[in-house]
Parts: sequence; structure tokens; C-alpha cells
Amino acid sequence: MSPELTELYQQVILDHNRRPRNRGKLPSANRVARGDNPSCGDQCCVYIRLDGERIAELSFDGSGCAISQASASLMTTQLKGKTAAEAQTLFDEFKQIVTTGEAPEEMSDIAAFAGVSAFPARIKCATLGWHAALGALKSEPVSAESAADSGLAITTETHLD
Amino acid sequence: MRGIREAFPILHQSVNGKPLVYLDNAATTQKPRAVIDALVHYYERDNSNVHRGLHALSMRATDGYEGARARVARFIGAADPCEILFTRGTTESVNLVAQTWGRANLRPGDVVLATEMEHHGNLVPWQELARASGATLRLVPLLGENGEGGLDLAALDSLLTPQVKLFAFTHVSNTLGTINPAAQLCAKARAVGALTLVDAAQSAGHQPIDVQAMGCDFLAISGHKMCGPTGIGALYGRRELLEKLVPYETGGGMVATVSYDGATWKPTPERFEAGTPNIAGAIGLAAACDYLDSVGREHIAAHCHELGRIAYERLSELPGIRLLGPAAGAERSGIVSFALADVHAHDVVTFADEDGLALRGGHHCNQPLMHKLGLTSTTRASFALYNTAGEIDTLVASLRRIQKFFAGQ
Repeated sequence: MSPELTELYQQVILDHNRRPRNRGKLPSANRVARGDNPSCGDQCCVYIRLDGERIAELSFDGSGCAISQASASLMTTQLKGKTAAEAQTLFDEFKQIVTTGEAPEEMSDIAAFAGVSAFPARIKCATLGWHAALGALKSEPVSAESAADSGLAITTETHLD
Repeated sequence: MRGIREAFPILHQSVNGKPLVYLDNAATTQKPRAVIDALVHYYERDNSNVHRGLHALSMRATDGYEGARARVARFIGAADPCEILFTRGTTESVNLVAQTWGRANLRPGDVVLATEMEHHGNLVPWQELARASGATLRLVPLLGENGEGGLDLAALDSLLTPQVKLFAFTHVSNTLGTINPAAQLCAKARAVGALTLVDAAQSAGHQPIDVQAMGCDFLAISGHKMCGPTGIGALYGRRELLEKLVPYETGGGMVATVSYDGATWKPTPERFEAGTPNIAGAIGLAAACDYLDSVGREHIAAHCHELGRIAYERLSELPGIRLLGPAAGAERSGIVSFALADVHAHDVVTFADEDGLALRGGHHCNQPLMHKLGLTSTTRASFALYNTAGEIDTLVASLRRIQKFFAGQ
């Protein structure tokens, strides 16, 4: 395997792909959004229970490649307890990592995604779950039962952002 | 096939340190030297605008462009060059029929029939036309949990009612590799008075096409999927149908007379080609027709179908693989789609790229079909005349390596 591919499919990514954390619907969710990647058909739905300003619980489901699934899984472990503003800051740092390949030392697990930068076509895979989560935080409150309804906020990955 | 690979300059390169194995031909095919030379020659020697100039270059460009129309007509067996409209490709060809014939002829209660295996390009225009006209879009079902049964011909017979005004179907499925019995389908539609539109994007470059023998009313092709340039394609339409249609776009080149109050239209085909056309593209497409016929489309078809058959057989030996389309032994085109149990198509394509393989992973513009089969994406290998059985070995070895990597986590 090439160094680039080894860097892309790091152990932490493979682990999250194989054993995703917080996967499945969250019955108590009050914010829900779906991310779509129309170029490949990947989807990621993120369920959040917002308690006041903070994310009390969150989960994801959907289908996609190892990168998108691992990224969404890892994200759910990072966003718990965060406010919407803190989530946005963390995403900005994450996006910096996947586009530049440079990660600050204190970033630990998220830094595993630095290898994505060598594969520009895969950046959208890594950001899919994050976009859904940020979309959910901006969305109107919903009950979890209505998550699959048409009222669901949808963010669509494009080639232009 | 001997001497073929030498004709394609792009094939002779390394990707990620490995010889390029290009198996993404259903997305676009590579271009032979003859097509590249035709484009260069046109731009270096003949470039000028068509139809409106009296100088030498304009006459040469016009001869080249109109000669290309005649060449494409001959390539697909059309009786008359004026039955060939140049478009940007299959998608525009389908939209042209939807926007001209469809808008003029469809009423509430009418039915447009398509199939469950259509590419978005031969599905969405009909959905939109149905919405706009009040007509109903119905789909011929696909049989088999992996689509191996092909179109449900018994269901087709009951769907073909007198309300059906048009039956639009793909000749070869871009995901399943199924080859539909086009002549038989056209005959069934004709029996109830329906017109037919055949999406030949995946067949025109790989097997002989004869629109008169097929009996279709419209047929759409893309140049870039048959060794020609991008941005050029064609719509075949029977002359008496085209002559009744209003223009698709209006402007220069398609008008007979213009006053400040209005305009009158030229006859077909110019009526449908407003503005300066893709002259170089048409000339390149004609060169592609020449090239494919110099090899022989019967030979190309036999070669591609054989590679499809071998690939299907070899891939079926992999553990946990799900193969789509016609089962082993059944006739299929050179398109083979599959899903690996534990590895997503995107990961497959990224890994295979490291072995120099160009594959496609995704929904292949077939989202409803993917949904029907319970999939979100597949990996697709698609063959052209320049591919070899040895490249299938490379594909299988690469997939085994990928499976080993993901199993070993």
C-alpha cells in the first residue's frame, strides 16, 4: 500500500468504520437533518437531543464509504456536550485538517483524517456527517418520529463549496 | 484484438506507478488517434463558421459538418441525413423530444412508458414532461433481485394500452449490462400506436445499430461514449415526425426569414440547431464512426460481450460479492456492476486506483434502480474494444487485495 493510502485508512478510521459509535436513530432527538452527497448517493442522517444550548446526545445513520461512516461516527464522540457555536468551531478545524493535511497536536482522533487531503475527491465523504450535524443544529425543533418526513432539513454536498 | 491499443494514445501511461487499466468506458470512452487528428486538422486547417459563409474555409467547414451528419446517418442506418440532429449528447436528445414532441402532443390521460432501468437522462425528462402536461409516466418493471431477469415483457404487454403515446427505453443498461430486445420492444409499442425512443448511449459504440431494422421513431446517442469527442451527440428522428415538430431553441441559423414581428423556420434539421453548432465535435464524431467501422462493430460487440462474460464469471468467485444484471451464461454487454459485502464502492475505487485501475463507484445515475435493488451504490467495470482479458486479472487481483485489507481490520 502507498503511504498516502495508509495515511487515509488509518487504524482509528477503520475502527470507527467497523464499529461505528452512536449509530442508529435517537428516539429522544429534537433536532434532525440529513446530508446528501448526490455524486455518489451517500446519505447521513444526524439526530441530536439539544438540552438548552448544549448537545446532550447525538447519533447518526445512513450509508456510505468507510471515510464518511468513520467521520460521522467519530464526530458523534466529539460533539457531545458542545454548543452549536463550539460545534461550528470544531468543524472549521476539521475542515482545515481534511483540506490541508495539517493538524494541531492537541486534536488527537480527528487528526486521523489528515490523510483525506491527499484525496480531494474524498473530502466530501469526510464532511458529510458534519454538514448534517450543523444543519440539524440550525433546524427547527422536531420530534424524532417526524425525522423521516419531508420536513427534514437537507444539506446537499456540491462541487462548488 | 490486434493493433487496437496502439490507436489510443492515452492508454500508454502509468497511473500511481502501474500501467493504466481503464475500465470506466460506460462513463466515457477513450479517443483513438484518428479522432484526435480530425479535431486538430479541423482547427488547424478548416476552422470557420458553417452555412453562412461563401469563402473557402467556410465551405470546407460546412462540408465537414454536413458530411458528418451524413456519416452519422449511415452509422445508425438512417434513410436520410436530415433525420440526424446534432445535440450535446443523449441527455439533450431526450430533452429535445420531451420539449418539442412531448409538449405539443401529450394531454392529461396520455401515458409515457419508460422502464425501471432507465438512466436519469431518460427518466427525469419524462417525469418533468408528465408533470407539465398532465400525462402519466409508467414504468416497465425489472425482474430479479439483482435485475437478472431483465424487463418484464408480460407486464409490458399489459402496460401497452392505447393511451401510451411514447415508449422510451434504454438499449443497453448502463448499470446492469442488460441488452434489451430493442426491435421486439419497438414492434410491441407500434402495435398500440405508440412512438418509441431508444437511449442508445451504451450501445452505439459497441454494437451495430440500424434504426430502420430496429423500427424506432427516435434514437439518442452520445459521441463521447463511442470514441468521439465530448459535447457532441445526435438525435435520430423519422423525417415525417421531425417535420411536424416546432423548434427546440430559436435564434440564428434555424430561421428562414426574420422581421421585427416574427420569424419563420428552416426545414429539419437546421430548424433544431440554433446558433453556431459544435462543428469540430461533429467532425470528430464522424471520425469516430469511421474508426469503429474500420475495426468492425460486429467484432467490437463480440469482444466486449466476451469480456463482460469473463468478468462476471471471474468476479463471481470472490467471497461476499453481489453481481447485478444478466446471470452467468446469459447474454450481456461489457458492463458489470457489483457490490462487495463489507467494502463500500468508494473505498473500492480509491484502492483500485492505486493499482492503476479506473473504475466507477456510485449510483451511476440510476438512483431509483439502486433503491429498488436495496443498494446505494455499486462498483462498475465497463469494457471497450481496447480492453483485454489480462486486465480482468488485474481487476480481480486488486479486488482480492481490497477484501483482504478490509477483512483484516
